[in-house]
Amino acid sequence: MAQDTTRTRPPVTDWTTDWDHLDPNWRDNPYPIWDDLREKCPIAHTKRFLGAYLPTSYAAVKAIAYDTKSFSSRRVVVREVRPEPPMPSPPISSDPPHHKPAKQLLLPPFTPDEMKKLEPRARAICNELIDKFIADGRCDAAQMYTRHIPVRVIAHMLDVPESDGDQFIQWIHEILELGITNDEILMKAVHEMSMYFAGYVEARTRKPGDDLISRIIMARQDGKPLPPQEVLGMIRLLLIAGIDTTWSAIGSSLWHLAKTPSDRQRLIDEPKLMPTAIEEFLRAYAPVTMAREVVQDTVIEGCPIKAGNMVLLSFPAANRDPAMFPEANKVIIDRQENRHSAFGLGIHRCVGSNLARLEMTVAIEEWLKRIPEFRLDPAIPVTWSEGTVRGPRQLPFIFG
Amino acid sequence: MTGGKVVRVRVDPEKCQGHNRCKALAPALFELDEYGNSKEIGDGIVPEDQLEAAYLARANCPEMAVEIIEE
Repeated sequence: MAQDTTRTRPPVTDWTTDWDHLDPNWRDNPYPIWDDLREKCPIAHTKRFLGAYLPTSYAAVKAIAYDTKSFSSRRVVVREVRPEPPMPSPPISSDPPHHKPAKQLLLPPFTPDEMKKLEPRARAICNELIDKFIADGRCDAAQMYTRHIPVRVIAHMLDVPESDGDQFIQWIHEILELGITNDEILMKAVHEMSMYFAGYVEARTRKPGDDLISRIIMARQDGKPLPPQEVLGMIRLLLIAGIDTTWSAIGSSLWHLAKTPSDRQRLIDEPKLMPTAIEEFLRAYAPVTMAREVVQDTVIEGCPIKAGNMVLLSFPAANRDPAMFPEANKVIIDRQENRHSAFGLGIHRCVGSNLARLEMTVAIEEWLKRIPEFRLDPAIPVTWSEGTVRGPRQLPFIFG
Repeated sequence: MTGGKVVRVRVDPEKCQGHNRCKALAPALFELDEYGNSKEIGDGIVPEDQLEAAYLARANCPEMAVEIIEE
């Protein structure tokens, strides 16, 4: 599936001048590539993707995230094509001054107090999933566990059938992975998603409930409701942003615990450490890389940046910068100082960060309660997604 | 009051982006508005038993929005 797009790509000749985030070496283990670039060339460039920069230092990533004048969010994915105009999906694709009002519509349903209401259902979802495979003594945790948690929680929030989750995952795979190189697949998936949700939007406009779709329909911007296309855009965005991101974060965390029994035992013995451990997993295995379009020439960290290029805004690389995080490549589950950028920096901070934290915490706690002993199955490889969101897509575990 | 010094926390509202790290680490010192943006509770004075929490809140704010003022 995900591997198809890389098979035909020319190999990278020099990562400082020809980087490619779809390269199999990046997909399988990007960390040495980023460490090397950070030393040699903290803002690399490639002619691929119609021209794009790659910052790998925390300082450069932060400077770019904060400079919304030079770096527009009108495109948030580095792709091989740049259709004009880009498809708007506010607020992630908005710049000031349009960003704030759009974002403020989405923030109230995602506060920590709102997330607490979801916790019982989230725990139940995890246990329903574990029930299906625990007796087998083994499972592919990416396909049978982590994959289903965020999609069922968001379906619950939207009040649509949790059983439609597999369809949501397929659309997101088409948009975020296949869509990087294939515009037709992307547009088809967006269209299908819009058709699916249009019916719900119509029904809940007539008879609103207390679900997230109804809350977006009833939200007011300057006293007026959002046009139906924008309502659909926001729902699409919530799904795209909220599913394989957290799927990836939970998967990487369990992958770490499978190969690090000492951390696993410590979390079982000291459950109060869980919040700090979650932040460290978010730092070390941040799944999400965003993008910006350079709209005016500027200089970042001494490096001239030219308009017309894209920027691959690698929060995961920033999180491994030893100038910001001592022993950056080591996972320290009681790290005390941790200003990680897994949810972004600046105005585009992830709306769903509290939801992601809840899902990660619940997924790992319930797993450790039921399956305290587990390890990687040496006979089956772990595989990783490619593109904008990084996480395990095959995660074979043996229990006990 | 700590050793005669008054310690206060303050959230810079221009910098805060609602990561909620301070609220998670020092719930007695910070409160959130309806958008999830943080603000110090009351005058921000940090009781002695909350000092460690205050410094943790500062050390974990990705936007460097949490300030500690020692007077």
